[in-house]
Parts: sequence; structure tokens; C-alpha cells
Amino acid sequence: MIVADHLTKRYPGGFDAVKAVSFEIGAGDMVFITGHSGAGKTTLVKLIGAVERPTAGSLLVNGQNLSALRSSALPYLRRHFGLVFQDQKILFDRNVMDNVLLPLQIVGLPRREAVRRAQAALDKVGLLDREKANPIALSGGEQQRLAIARAVVNRPSVLLADEPTGNLDAESAADIMAIFESFHQVGVTVVVATHDHHWIERYRPQVLRLDHGRLA
Amino acid sequence: MTQHGAAVEGAVRRLLAAPLNTLLSLLVIGIALTLPAAGYVLLDNLREVGKSASGVQQISLFMAVDADRKAVAEIESRLGQAGAGKWRFVPKEDALKHLKGNEGMAEIVASLPRNPLPDAFIVEPADAAPEKLEALRQTMAGWPRVAHVQLDSAWVKRFDAFLRLGKLAVTLLAALFAAGLVAVTFNTIRLQVMAQAAEIELARLIGATDAFIRRPFYYFGALQGALGGLLAAALVAVAVRVLAGPVAELAALYGGAFILRGPGLVDAGLLAGVGAVLGWLGAQLSVSLSLRRFG
Repeated sequence: MIVADHLTKRYPGGFDAVKAVSFEIGAGDMVFITGHSGAGKTTLVKLIGAVERPTAGSLLVNGQNLSALRSSALPYLRRHFGLVFQDQKILFDRNVMDNVLLPLQIVGLPRREAVRRAQAALDKVGLLDREKANPIALSGGEQQRLAIARAVVNRPSVLLADEPTGNLDAESAADIMAIFESFHQVGVTVVVATHDHHWIERYRPQVLRLDHGRLA
Repeated sequence: MTQHGAAVEGAVRRLLAAPLNTLLSLLVIGIALTLPAAGYVLLDNLREVGKSASGVQQISLFMAVDADRKAVAEIESRLGQAGAGKWRFVPKEDALKHLKGNEGMAEIVASLPRNPLPDAFIVEPADAAPEKLEALRQTMAGWPRVAHVQLDSAWVKRFDAFLRLGKLAVTLLAALFAAGLVAVTFNTIRLQVMAQAAEIELARLIGATDAFIRRPFYYFGALQGALGGLLAAALVAVAVRVLAGPVAELAALYGGAFILRGPGLVDAGLLAGVGAVLGWLGAQLSVSLSLRRFG
């Protein structure tokens, strides 16, 4: 489903964040990308999520080569992924429901159906009773759950998360990881970048360990 | 359609979200459109005056004072043959009676030893083209016992030239203010893009197309421009309403009846349309430049 072959990302200035990385992630897998800070985890997540484009090598997602894809086709490919960002990227000028509705507005889903789906997503992460709340009033864990609801509302085939528990206390982090596990259980491919080995021992996922941009 | 509806809804929400900013922007756009719109309304009214004046364009043919009935009959016959249009004969007696009826003229006319006025024909030519009128005037002047033929078309030409000059001036003014409207929209949208940077960045990351991101700004620009256009139409209508009375009074003092015409529904629609197109253009320029930093 996701096949990387000598995947490389060089940023302007000549810094190689990811160097000739090759791997395969099958449909329904749960994969953790680990490594120290600056190892290239975030860049790899961005490459898989079609947020960044490779500078060398190839990355096939559902048979589509990201390197060869036209820029105008990228938005449509991105819709296959549910992205949970390190900084959450929650919009604080709208309520919880409207945050979750955004991906559905992007794909042009009729309002009634979109609200129904958003409510289901919020229910899945335990935030249905907060749908009218402003995200500023949510705790850190709740904000991360909101980000997950927004990521899964479009029913993506791949859920990508970059350090989703980085800023959370142990209890909230456990809740978040349990939510990822529940999506994995129903067949969603889950790719999580984390530096916390505790979760690897607990969920025993496939692991891609990065060291200075290379697979260790 | 769902996305277009959502974009329009978003644009309306943004307009309502900052009512003071919206009001000020609308005022700037409205005033920018009011000046050329008022110019066009003024020219339109003047054109109407010109039309009604040239519509009754006349050639006055004066017989020699001592011309007899036979000479008059001869001219009548020639007018028929020349296909000059409609005419009426004004006998010198009727002319004197009419003169006498004018205020202050009765005594003067009474003091005259004899009627100094000639018989005359008032001709309303079938073809009012200036060159045709001039040719007809020259033909008539050559007829026997005709003392003078008067064609007052010079003022029509001058008036026409003035209208053309006015139209050009208003067009230049309109172009200038149109650029102003585009600039106002450009700046408003640029500020909006900056204010919504987080949403735009997120939308891009989760699969929004360029069109999805740009659309609400386009609708915002168009909506703002259209409302500005309607405001301009309202301002011109109010101005016309205020001026209509004094203008009618002035026209009455010159013995005429003139009603100042304001912008109609079609004009208001046209102004709103022009405002919308210019607003859309300003938004397009602004969004194209402002979104570059989002990659």
C-alpha cells in the first residue's frame, strides 16, 4: 500500500532530512516511526502524507508515485490520509463541530450528511457533548482528540500522526494511543511518529527506526 | 454547488463578522462608484435634453416683406416637391398677433406704422442629419421671394461635442475609480488572507484545492463590490431627488419643463454588476499574490 524506495528529502540549503529510506507498509498495519529528535520522523510523516514531495527515490501510495504526481493532483491524494499534527492545528475561531466539518466541506459533502459524520467522529473520540464548545475551552488531551476526530472524519485509509502524545500527561496520552489502536483494529493503517518507546513495548507495532535520516 | 454555497455563506459571514470594517469599505467603494455614476446620470439627462431639442429641429423660411399670396403659394408648392418634411405657414398677421401677446410688446407693436413682419414657413425636416439640413437650407435660400432661411444647428453640434467630451471625461474618471475599487478590495482581501493564515495552511494540508481556498475570497470581493455598487446607486438616487426640485424650478424659469431622471433598477443592477466584477478582480489579484507564501 505504501512503498518507499530510496526515498530522500533534501531541504533547500542541502540538508538531507531523509536519506535513501526504503520500506513497505501494508494495508491495515500499525507502524511507529521512532528516533531521536531531528532523526527525520516528522519529514517522513510529511512525505507519506503528501505534504512534502521527495527529492529523490520513489514513494508509492495506493499505486500512485508521489514523485511523478502533478501538483494539482496532490490535494486529492491528501484526502486519503488523516493527519494529526504535532501542533494540532486546531482553529480557535470556530467551535469543535466546525473544526471537524472542515475536511468534509473540502470534499463537498452536503451539510446534513457532513454533520452526521462529524458527530460520529466526535462520538468516537468522546467529544460529542462538547461539539458546541470553543476548542480553547478544551484540555490538551481533548484538543488532541479533536484533532483525531478531524483526521478520521473523512474515513481515511491511512491515519498519520506526528508525536500525538508529545505534550500530554500520561493518562491523556494513553487515551490517545487507545484511540489509534481502536482505528487499527477496524482496519485503518496507522502510522505514528513518536520518540516514546513505552508505546512500542505496549502495542508491538512494526517499527521504522530513523537515525540522522536513515533507517537504523 | 455545495462548495459554492458554503463559499457564499462564508463570504457573508465574513462581511457580518466585522460590521464597522465592512461599512467603511462599502462607503469607500460606494463613493468611488458614485462619482462616475453621477457623471453618467448627468450626461444621460443632458442627452435627453439634446434629443428633445434636436427632435423639433426647425428651419424658418422668411418671405420678403412685400411677397404676395402667389409667391407664398409657389413656395408651398416647392416645399411639397422637395419633400422637405412637415411645414406650416405663419401669415405675417398671425405673427404680429403673437408678438403682441408677449408681455410688454403690445404697446411697441401698436406704435408701429405697419406690420414689419414677413410671412414665414416653419419647416420640420424629415431628415434631421446636419448635412441634409444644410443642403435644404441652401436650396430654400435660392427660391424666389425668399428673404432669409434660418437653420440653427450649430448649437446642436456644439452640444454634441460637449456630450462626447463629457462622456470621455466620465469614462476616464470611471477607470480611475475602478482602479481605486480594485485596490480597496485587494487590500481588504490581503488582510483577510493574513488573518486566516492558519485555516488556509490547514486546509491545504488536508486536501483543499486551490479553488476551494480561493473561492470564498472571490465571493467576498464580488459581494463587497456589488453592495458598494448598490450603495452608489442609492447615493446618486438621493442626490437626484434632492436636486430634482431646484432643477425643475430653474427649467420653468427658462420656460421649459425638465425632470431630472435618477438611476433606475437597471442602472442600479448595472452598478452592482460592475462593482461585483471589479471586486472579483481585486480579490483575484490579491489572493494570487497573498497565497504564494503558502506554497
